[in-house]
Amino acid sequence: MHESGSQRLFNRILLLSLFVILSSFGSVECHGALAERKILPNGMVLLHAEKKALPMIKVVVAIKAGSVIEPAQKAGLANLTADLLNEGTLGRSSRKISDEIDFVGGSLSTSGGIDYITVTLSVLKKDIDLGFDLLADIILNPAFSEEEIRRRKAVIRSSIIQQREDPGTVASKAFLRAVYGDHPYGWPPEGTEESIEAMSRQDITDFHRIFYAPNNSIMSVVGDISEHEVTDLTEKYLGNWKKRDIPQKLPQSPRFGENPLVIKLHKDISQAHVILGHLGISRDNPDYYAVSVMNYILGGGGFASRLMDNIRDNKGLSYDVHSSFSANKYAGTFLVGLQTKNTSANSAIDEILKEINRIISEPVSDKDLSDAKSYLTGSFPLRIDSNSKIASFLAAVEYYGLGLDYVERYKELIGAVTTDDVQRVARKYLNTKDYILVVIGNMDKASLKY
Amino acid sequence: MLTTGNVYSGGCKLPLKRIKIYTMKKLAVFFLALLFSPLASYALQAEEYLLDNGLKVLIVEDHKAPTATFQVWYRVGSRNESTGKTGLSHLLEHMMFKGTSRFGPKTFSRTIQRAGGMDNAFTTKEYTGYFEFLASDRISLPIELEADRMQNLALNPEAVLSERNVVMEERRLRYEDDPQNLVHEEVLATAFKNHPYRWPVIGWMSDLRDISPDDLIRHYRTYYAPNNAIILVVGDVKPSEILSKIREAFGSIPRGPAIGMSSDEEDGQSGEKRIYVKKEAELPYILSVYKVPQITHEDGPALEVLGSILSEGKSSRIYNSLVYEKQLAVSAWAGYDGMYRDPFLFYAGATAAHGRKIEDVEAGLLDEVEKIRREPPTGYEVMKAKNQIEASFIMGQDSFYMQARTIGSFEMIGGWRLIEKYLEGIRKVSPEDVRRVAGKYLVADKRTTGILVPLMNRK
Repeated sequence: MHESGSQRLFNRILLLSLFVILSSFGSVECHGALAERKILPNGMVLLHAEKKALPMIKVVVAIKAGSVIEPAQKAGLANLTADLLNEGTLGRSSRKISDEIDFVGGSLSTSGGIDYITVTLSVLKKDIDLGFDLLADIILNPAFSEEEIRRRKAVIRSSIIQQREDPGTVASKAFLRAVYGDHPYGWPPEGTEESIEAMSRQDITDFHRIFYAPNNSIMSVVGDISEHEVTDLTEKYLGNWKKRDIPQKLPQSPRFGENPLVIKLHKDISQAHVILGHLGISRDNPDYYAVSVMNYILGGGGFASRLMDNIRDNKGLSYDVHSSFSANKYAGTFLVGLQTKNTSANSAIDEILKEINRIISEPVSDKDLSDAKSYLTGSFPLRIDSNSKIASFLAAVEYYGLGLDYVERYKELIGAVTTDDVQRVARKYLNTKDYILVVIGNMDKASLKY
Repeated sequence: MLTTGNVYSGGCKLPLKRIKIYTMKKLAVFFLALLFSPLASYALQAEEYLLDNGLKVLIVEDHKAPTATFQVWYRVGSRNESTGKTGLSHLLEHMMFKGTSRFGPKTFSRTIQRAGGMDNAFTTKEYTGYFEFLASDRISLPIELEADRMQNLALNPEAVLSERNVVMEERRLRYEDDPQNLVHEEVLATAFKNHPYRWPVIGWMSDLRDISPDDLIRHYRTYYAPNNAIILVVGDVKPSEILSKIREAFGSIPRGPAIGMSSDEEDGQSGEKRIYVKKEAELPYILSVYKVPQITHEDGPALEVLGSILSEGKSSRIYNSLVYEKQLAVSAWAGYDGMYRDPFLFYAGATAAHGRKIEDVEAGLLDEVEKIRREPPTGYEVMKAKNQIEASFIMGQDSFYMQARTIGSFEMIGGWRLIEKYLEGIRKVSPEDVRRVAGKYLVADKRTTGILVPLMNRK
């Protein structure tokens, strides 16, 4: 739920690797397994779902080479490495790659991420051989030429500079930095101007050599393609990709801060952008499901949520107000975000804190609970109703270890949440004393009391 | 090229992603794509029905996933407003979620969500659309709710005043504090001098302050009627079943006043217009627009192919030249925006790379325009554009939403069957056609250019 000025290169990176709990996961009646799963001899996990409705195929390769594993002084290395994959291989120039994929009307793109990076291919069935050829080539044989590195560094640097135009991005970066401190989740996945400048070709080739391994990767293939065809293609194009030992350097869990921290950033704009929040939960926390229900009621459920009802619908203070728990592999954040004219910033923040306090101190009604549960479980079919959505979903399900029966299990897990659970997790994971508050806007007009 | 006027400058009830100009390109190609499918079995086929009260119903049966979308589109957008009352259509769209005399406030979205559904809406220069997504076993749920708000909207004066504030916040978020969007708004306001396309869908701030509940009531009474609307259903449905439910709910709603679909004519332009926007920003930005005919015109197909050749994919001319080779821009693009009832615009724009001069970026863009005005593209480039169109046509059908959006947008500008008719046009486009339309329309005297001059004002 970042304001994604979609032209800014990196805003989506965050969203990609986070499991954002907004209105995300519900359940569906399951017609057979979601996908077939197998582990190839080289260690790669392959997920396959045959969908014959359209003559197209979507492939997502998720590689556990996101920014969470890069060294602190090399912020942006994981993203730059992924970004360079389709900028030239040992046998193809950057232009040749784009020309080949464009000519058949397909797309082949890479995306950085916090927990994992992705390479995504979309092609018509008739072009799947070319598609796999290109996909494998850019993952296995990227050239990382000095010239292309220079080009992409310049583009990334400009994009980092341009992000400063977008108050939502500035606020979000300041918030993450404050929540996570020195933890890798706290630095921007795209890096900083300085860290990008300092990156050498050796850094990139080392990172690629160490982490881009089949046993560190997940591939999902969805569309008009049989299991037999998938097997042939993976053998033909990824058969030479050899298993390697991957160093397992796991970051420590970040710690809760101890005092409220208010960050005020002056910018002469008409609205104050507000983010209030703190450390949240990791994806494997068993309370994830109760937290999903609680967050839906608080601010994840659009017009059905309390924050939207109070701050937008009743008071007209904001267009967009939401809360979210982003549950990553190692830890996530909880945040409430809104934008309001500078002079209303104080009252909007008052209302945020009031609503958080209310859900901590008062049990939610049975109706609130059942509405939230029926949305979360009932909306699941919408999350997986296209090849594109299924391909990304499968990669995430595998990465976070949710299991292919997740669609059914989710329904049970949400179904079991009680009003007591909601209050318990509100007390445990929400905090109106030790929070981080970021406000960017015209500080003279806002005259914050916080 | 849906967009600019459409998705982008339209507001939504709820914030989706803020779609910026060049993300439109993707949609654009999909659109174009729909028009051109040699694989006939993947052509978009809707079943069409007309109720006695003039309500048109279009249904696409597609069982690839157990979901469906239900949509009601009204033939009213910002072009139907007048000076001093801009933003009326979009504010009315917001009010459609604030309750009816029958169901009261805070009902609509909550009812849909309780069933596991999602709902939202959009307003464009030409039309206003409302949509719901649900698992297909619940898809009849919104039918009664939509029929109700077509005739019984409450428009409570206090709620209007409060929602006006919400829309002003939306305007601040999307325009006032977004320097590139401000340029876009100023460029359109300059390119058109008398056509209603000149004001933004969201409305001018000073107009928003003045819109009264009575204005909204008048707008609603005029335009929200079955004979000025269409219903679209796409997904896992049985047409006969859903149609009978639609008849039951909507069939008795009386016709509204007849509304003419007259076109407005923009007076001629003789000579380039230039504007500057000075705002706190980091990188200079340029947006040029050229007046071009709408998509239903005989030159529409060649303009689409022209847009693709210039800007679709990293191998396209503008990306390759400005971003890759010359490294002048961090992003650069062009595109034909012809999904309007009246002639609209061809865009070319770029964000300068850090340290680059906007004059050089502009020269780079003009070089590409000049080149294609002089020399036809290669046969390979035209073939590539057609392949991109064909593939996007098929891949676009992956999403029920995009199917509905495409059929609806064509219906709003002249009829969804134009998709097929236009297809033939695309097939016939030759390299020389592309050069000819570039030469005819991409001329300096029909151009309006806006430049963002970054001010550095940090405290």
